[in-house]
Amino acid sequence: MTLALEDIRRIADLSHLSIDDEQAVRIQGELNNIFQMIERIQAVDTTDIEPMPHPHDGAQRLREDIVREQNDRENNMKNAPEQSEGHFLVPQVIE
Amino acid sequence: MAQEIFHASVAQLSDKLARKEVSAVELAQTYLDRIEAHRDLNAYLDVRPEVTLAQAKAADERIAKGEGSRLTGIPIAHKDLFVTKEWSTSAASKMLEGYMSPFNATVVENLNNAGMVCLGKVNCDEFAMGGSNENSAFGKVLNPWNKDCVPGGSSGGSSAAVAASLCPIATGTDTGGSIREPAVFTGITGLKPTYGRPSRWGVIAFASSLDTPGLMARSAEDCAIVMNDMIEFDPKDSTCVELPKEDFTRYLDTDIKGMKIGVPRKWFADGLDPELAASIEDAIKTYEKMGAKIVDVELPTVDLGVPVYYVVACAEASSNLSRYDGVRYGHRAQAYTDIQDMIKRSRSEGLGLEPQRRIMIGTYVLSHGYYDAYYIKAQRVRRLIANELNGIFKDVDAMISPAATGPAYHFGEKSEPVQAYLSDLYTVPVSLAGLPGIGMPCGMHSNGLPLGFQLVGSLFSEAKLLGMAHRYQCETDWHKRVPAGY
Repeated sequence: MTLALEDIRRIADLSHLSIDDEQAVRIQGELNNIFQMIERIQAVDTTDIEPMPHPHDGAQRLREDIVREQNDRENNMKNAPEQSEGHFLVPQVIE
Repeated sequence: MAQEIFHASVAQLSDKLARKEVSAVELAQTYLDRIEAHRDLNAYLDVRPEVTLAQAKAADERIAKGEGSRLTGIPIAHKDLFVTKEWSTSAASKMLEGYMSPFNATVVENLNNAGMVCLGKVNCDEFAMGGSNENSAFGKVLNPWNKDCVPGGSSGGSSAAVAASLCPIATGTDTGGSIREPAVFTGITGLKPTYGRPSRWGVIAFASSLDTPGLMARSAEDCAIVMNDMIEFDPKDSTCVELPKEDFTRYLDTDIKGMKIGVPRKWFADGLDPELAASIEDAIKTYEKMGAKIVDVELPTVDLGVPVYYVVACAEASSNLSRYDGVRYGHRAQAYTDIQDMIKRSRSEGLGLEPQRRIMIGTYVLSHGYYDAYYIKAQRVRRLIANELNGIFKDVDAMISPAATGPAYHFGEKSEPVQAYLSDLYTVPVSLAGLPGIGMPCGMHSNGLPLGFQLVGSLFSEAKLLGMAHRYQCETDWHKRVPAGY
């Protein structure tokens, strides 16, 4: 498998990253080298082997759906780049 | 050899505090002065003496009232991946520069409750992605043994700070070797517990099925003592395993006699520095003299650890790092056209090259048409590796192996991503299986740098592993060496 420049641009787009042409060429070289190394896993026979998402198999723990924390809006919003009247500000989305 | 108070172990400092030979404030000030004097190492990212001294004063009051625990007044540094209310938390990324968390990570909170005094936040690779600390957005950390060399990573600020006696103990995190490798690069002892034993709550996420908080200190004994207060089941972390409180010091007096230690011989062949190989052989002989039985173990699948790891870890990273959108917190670009453009520019400006690279690898392996071929395939091979490693622990108590291919290397020496990734070959299989491991010193290279090995055990065997490491440290003094000038 070899990634073309247009693949790199598509991956960057899916990743929400903006890259220029020079960066795209550099990343293309790096990713192709990395995937060459990764390709080795394709040769392994994994018939009847279940995927392992996590070191401890088993169901995720559930908790009671109850309020455990006090609302602390001001403190929780203190790192927002832009805010107004208790809301996060973003560029206009709807015309 | 250790002499000054700042060279003392956690166990020794605890006794001195209890006997009132030193106060927590004096101890904190001693370390704060050293941190200031050795700023060139770039180990610390955020130091706030007034907050540290207030914590120390509170610890002294607790001790005076007879309400201190064994750790009350002992200083500690936290890796910048653990969120803290009173120090900023950046994960060594421009994306989070100056971020003030509204809460403390559970590990931080547990150690605060024990009365430990935080000295500040230590540098690391950005979002814990790297093995050399060269990926920090706030500059590389220097290895106190040789300032031209890396301190290891990603917990490189932690390793350099402990080695240079800028703290007696530090937290670290290990996703693919980020505690064990920096420990052996700096001649200190680093414990990566079993995945799911420590709480990940408040630890900035890199790869959630691998991330494991741990400790870096001068000795296994010190790690065991601090583990006792660090580890408690945390319902806030859905992958934290529900186990009762445990005394991690209970094996410190264990007898090595009759224990079986496995050695994966193929890891000692090609690509390992010959002086490192010889020093690990000496460590194996020391265990043999102590009465351990040494057996060869076969690990045919572990060589696939690196490719599997970079699929799994990058996939999880791409998902975890999608939260950095410049909306609720973190860097926001100044100029943009619309919201999509704002998110893209904010991420591209705020994230460094390595996180961007890993996000792109992860996005690709999770994308339509490649998910089964890469992500699911890697998870299947992950199970084969885990089965193989879990299998050997049916026969042996622990495994000794290298943790790195050689001693600490020079800055810039592993700048090619694939070259850097391949040097994780001894540590990532252990992470994929979720096993506990300890990186610890066992010799000195002719170039003056420390050498070390990795001791690995079965799931949830960290107490026994700490005991086995401590017995080795009772027979040897490699862990007591400090770099000249520190």
